[in-house]
Amino acid sequence: MRGAHGGNIDRRKFILGSTSALTGGLLLPGIVGSAAAQDLPAGAVASGILDALPGKQPLIKRSFRPPNYETPVSFYRHAFTPNDAFYVRWHTGVPEIARSDWRLRVSGPGVKSEREFTYDTLRRKFKMTEVAAVNQCSGNRRGLFSPHVPGVQWGYGAMGNAVWRGVRLKDVLEDAGLAASALEVVGNGADAPTLTGPDFIKSLPMWKALDPDTLIAFEMNGEPLPKWNGFPARLVAPGWTATYWIKAVADLTVTDKPFDGFWMKTAYRVPKGMFGASGFESQDTEQNSPITAIKVNSLVVDPAPGAVLERGKRIDVLGVAWDGGSGIRSVEVSLDGGSTWRDAKLDRDLGRYSWRQWRYSIRPEQAGAMTLMARARARDGSTQAETLVHNPAGYHHNVVQKVDYHVA
Amino acid sequence: MSRKNAVRGVVLSAFVVAPVLAAGADETNLRLAEGTGLTQVQANCSMCHSLDYILMNSPFQDKAGWEKTVNKMVKVMGAPLPADDIAVVVAYLASHYGNESAPSSP
Repeated sequence: MRGAHGGNIDRRKFILGSTSALTGGLLLPGIVGSAAAQDLPAGAVASGILDALPGKQPLIKRSFRPPNYETPVSFYRHAFTPNDAFYVRWHTGVPEIARSDWRLRVSGPGVKSEREFTYDTLRRKFKMTEVAAVNQCSGNRRGLFSPHVPGVQWGYGAMGNAVWRGVRLKDVLEDAGLAASALEVVGNGADAPTLTGPDFIKSLPMWKALDPDTLIAFEMNGEPLPKWNGFPARLVAPGWTATYWIKAVADLTVTDKPFDGFWMKTAYRVPKGMFGASGFESQDTEQNSPITAIKVNSLVVDPAPGAVLERGKRIDVLGVAWDGGSGIRSVEVSLDGGSTWRDAKLDRDLGRYSWRQWRYSIRPEQAGAMTLMARARARDGSTQAETLVHNPAGYHHNVVQKVDYHVA
Repeated sequence: MSRKNAVRGVVLSAFVVAPVLAAGADETNLRLAEGTGLTQVQANCSMCHSLDYILMNSPFQDKAGWEKTVNKMVKVMGAPLPADDIAVVVAYLASHYGNESAPSSP
């Protein structure tokens, strides 16, 4: 099942111009981008037009095929990111699967007996549950790396927060019965590479697969998953980057050996020790580790960077903060370049894997330039990086953001 | 007014750019720089991905960087680029989308 997306191209509507260099269209002076526009590679700014996939609102197009579309930061005003504004990331063509045709197979040397479920049997047999969790691409903010590294040049929007609903992966695996030798659960989706390249397949260690919050989800935010986000069902591995959240999941293989496919063994890796222990020992090597848990981070949503603020007028700054599942302890804001910090007010706790919205009231008294910094601290004590921890694949960008405003 | 048109209206009124919109944003409108090697790029790279990948990843890679990328596409992803054409494609990318090229020039 491949290239389904290709057939949809002509149905798409052009929402806003591109650069004249690309299409003879319209110049978009920095607005599409986001805060990041000035930090992204020039070519990414030029090609990052607003474009709507079928069923989606206009998002920031990073690539047409495979479709990689980024959520504009303004949508993070919502505690949960609307499904039609949720970012899209594929390595291959997007599979088109009818619910009635979909099957989930469970097999491998690590299970006692094989299983095959239909959409209905899976939902009927196991208890439905839900979890609020941030889904963040490993490469979110890669485009802000300095020096730049190749890959999809994401700004701030390769992430979203949603309530995911489905059955526990644990319950399904235990129904098949786990052998003592079970080491990893290997998830494969219905997508396939165009040529002879490696199929996109990812594995989880048993402890993560058996975590009661790890799901096979059918719904996000109370609606069926959009096909762009993994219809009919996807893995949900809360706290871990989205590379493990296999979309349109079709096969689960429980192995007794480390899975050595390209997307585990070679890609999605960070230098050993650079970001702490991976928690995925069977995939660690002497040199590197798989990227796993999300690092603590925060983002200013409102007012948008570059906004003109009225002098003497009180205004609420709104942002979001999240981590890999310990939860957010505090968010601090500095208006003096990091010399002094004061606590922002945290909104309601929606769960430890959800992001936490925060507010900070300011009343700018001095006309001219103003810079706001925001720094989140997680309950596990970790905090954001002050300077970029550069790594070859452009992962874990969680540098404290500096947002420039103009007061007039 | 359809939803999309409504969205477009809002976006336009917020950022007033121009009264007329170009038709159809899709990869068929992507234009890369003319030059030796463009034919090979179009024939091979676009089998698996739209050519905005090239533009997006510019202009910060040097020739060695583009060579690494092209080799990965051939050896790992299976791009059927004849050996003789690899150097041509690398030279094209380095010259038009390399770190010493003018940013995103058509």
